[in-house]
Amino acid sequence: MKVLAAMSGGVDSAVAAARVVAAGHEVTGMHLALSNNPQSFRSGARGCCSLEDSRDARRAADIIGIPFYVWDMAEQFRRDVVEDFVAEYAAGRTPNPCLRCNERIKFAAVLDRALALGFDAVATGHYARIVDGGHGFALHRARDSSKDQSYVLGVLEQWQLEKSLFPLGDSLKSEVREEAARLGLTVARKPDSHDICFIADGDTSGWLEERLGEQRGEIIDAVSGAVLGEHHGAYRFTVGQRRGTAISVPAPDGAPRYVTSIDPTTRRVFVGPPTLLDVNIVEGVRAHWCQGVPAVGSRVGVQVRAHGAEVPAVVEAVDGVSATLRTLQPIRGLAAGQAAVMYEGPRVVGAVTVAGSRRDA
Amino acid sequence: MTPAVIAAMDGAFRVVGNPSSVHSAGRAARRLVEESRETIAAAVGCLPAEVVFTSGGTEADNLAIKGMWMQRHREAPERTRLLVSAVEHHAVLDSALWLATAEGAVVEQVPVDGFGAVRMGALRERIASDPASVALLSIMWANNEVGSLQPLREVVALAREFAIPVHSDAVQAFASEHVDFAASGLCAMTVSAHKYGGPMGVGALVIRRDVTPTPVLHGGGQERDIRSGTIPMPLIVGMAAAFQEGTARLDEHRASIAALRDRLVSGVQQLDLGAELRGHPTERLPGNAHFTFPGCEGDALLMLLDAAGIQVSTGSACSAGVPEASHVLLAMGIDDAEARGAVRFSLGRTTTGEDVDALLAALPDVVARVRRAGLMLR
Repeated sequence: MKVLAAMSGGVDSAVAAARVVAAGHEVTGMHLALSNNPQSFRSGARGCCSLEDSRDARRAADIIGIPFYVWDMAEQFRRDVVEDFVAEYAAGRTPNPCLRCNERIKFAAVLDRALALGFDAVATGHYARIVDGGHGFALHRARDSSKDQSYVLGVLEQWQLEKSLFPLGDSLKSEVREEAARLGLTVARKPDSHDICFIADGDTSGWLEERLGEQRGEIIDAVSGAVLGEHHGAYRFTVGQRRGTAISVPAPDGAPRYVTSIDPTTRRVFVGPPTLLDVNIVEGVRAHWCQGVPAVGSRVGVQVRAHGAEVPAVVEAVDGVSATLRTLQPIRGLAAGQAAVMYEGPRVVGAVTVAGSRRDA
Repeated sequence: MTPAVIAAMDGAFRVVGNPSSVHSAGRAARRLVEESRETIAAAVGCLPAEVVFTSGGTEADNLAIKGMWMQRHREAPERTRLLVSAVEHHAVLDSALWLATAEGAVVEQVPVDGFGAVRMGALRERIASDPASVALLSIMWANNEVGSLQPLREVVALAREFAIPVHSDAVQAFASEHVDFAASGLCAMTVSAHKYGGPMGVGALVIRRDVTPTPVLHGGGQERDIRSGTIPMPLIVGMAAAFQEGTARLDEHRASIAALRDRLVSGVQQLDLGAELRGHPTERLPGNAHFTFPGCEGDALLMLLDAAGIQVSTGSACSAGVPEASHVLLAMGIDDAEARGAVRFSLGRTTTGEDVDALLAALPDVVARVRRAGLMLR
């Protein structure tokens, strides 16, 4: 096969590329440039878009012995990921930009382009497994549960799984690092990336404030309706957040207070006791079902954060584009905009974007 | 590099001594530098003393633009303007823009026509509007991307009317044009070794003896006190060997690559891929063919042609390797989308008819794939 190996400049994608070469495929390395000005994005070992990362990816390709090119997707990235991220926060939701990037850039724009140019598949360094079950491909959790990335890949559909390769799905991170060192890859000990690649210093609130401006609003007690204070922008808050609410008045019972909901139109941020955060009904939209729509009444495990735990749930209502889930134990602090990914054992059933959630006693 | 050039350098690397040292080892090295300088001067059509060695074309352009502007401005503070063509190499353009930011130079980019040649009417207007304020004019000999020759004779004649010095970047032209510095009437000219079969890392600013630019590099004062830095003798010996060899075979070389180029151009046009030849149809470098392929991304064409064993160039790329639309094509009035579909085919001494045939055979499929990929992005 002709395989395009996406190389971020990190150790995972470098080893993934090397494994595809070792498997006998004809491999071309590709680094995705996601900023018009690489210097403006974070530098150093984190993230995916800096000058150093481009160089690291190129060096890895040299050592593996494959051709290497940089693909410029800065415009699509700005439009589909960065602007979407800002708009979601402005609308009082909490988006996951990595998931969005996988959905719109890596396994859409990049994959489309690769296939049109004559490649048969795209390989990445994601930790997840693609399993050919005879009736199409399924996405499964990675063997290394601490590195499992099936959550941010939950939006992939059948045609995308069919054309993707995740060579690291059966490996532990420690094995990948050892293999990198054995291959002589300079990135063998490069630290893992964290946070959001387009926010250079990790200060999401500050970054959003630069783009959305200061938007003062009230902090309201969700129980009594009393005004407790003022904030500088509702986008600084996310449901379930405890720190940074800057409330000097303690709750009557002395319990800590959490953000329980955000109303972007009135800019009001509601806070209350943690019990208000518990929900068991999740309304999801923008569904992706990689192996077809699940049956009403089917049992799934639902995960709502990149490294969150799985909670058992029942599919109460479902169609091609949406789903309602009833969880069998409460989920604490679920914000609109988060992705809810459903599993059956290790297999991803599908993913929805949380539109709303409530407590149904 | 040819075996003769490599052999000349191999011998030179074995000569111990710094050409600037006075002892006998230094003198031996110095002799090789000076003999090389004479060979290069003969090939370029200048006096040996007019050759100032640099680390390459970029440094020579920096020295010419910054050094000559600063000198002329110092002599007469009203000389603030620096006129360059809009299609100059970045070594010239960015040096000029730096002067504007750091030294208050007034930089004007002279417009070009649809072929990339300087508009003489516009140039005359700009100079004549206030000739006393023009410090320097820099117009390249031939464009490195689209290959068009500039009307340099007319430029020099015009500048002479107003006693304005002219610098020309001849890096690209020197490999295939009859370049004669003395006959050109230029004040300064940039050449580079590696574009002519010599080693990377050495070039020269050819500059008239009576012009003393303000130095860019300060230090030991080698090279007429204009350019400091240890003289890289073995590289200079390689440059001289390449220049000697190249000049001897220039006419033969020009004729053979022009014939191959014409075959490539007509071949591409006959494939009916919608490709448009950019640059002047006849007044261009013999080894250059430049096309835009509508609906294609140049970097994707490059990648697939590379996989087919054919190496081509697109416009330029930033330090991280992100392709950008060429400023040359934009200056020629080509829009951004079309400019992104640009590919330059360069033919050299080793290019064969089989290479051209291989390109023509690979191109239809490559263009079809890239065009399909381009549609995906909309």
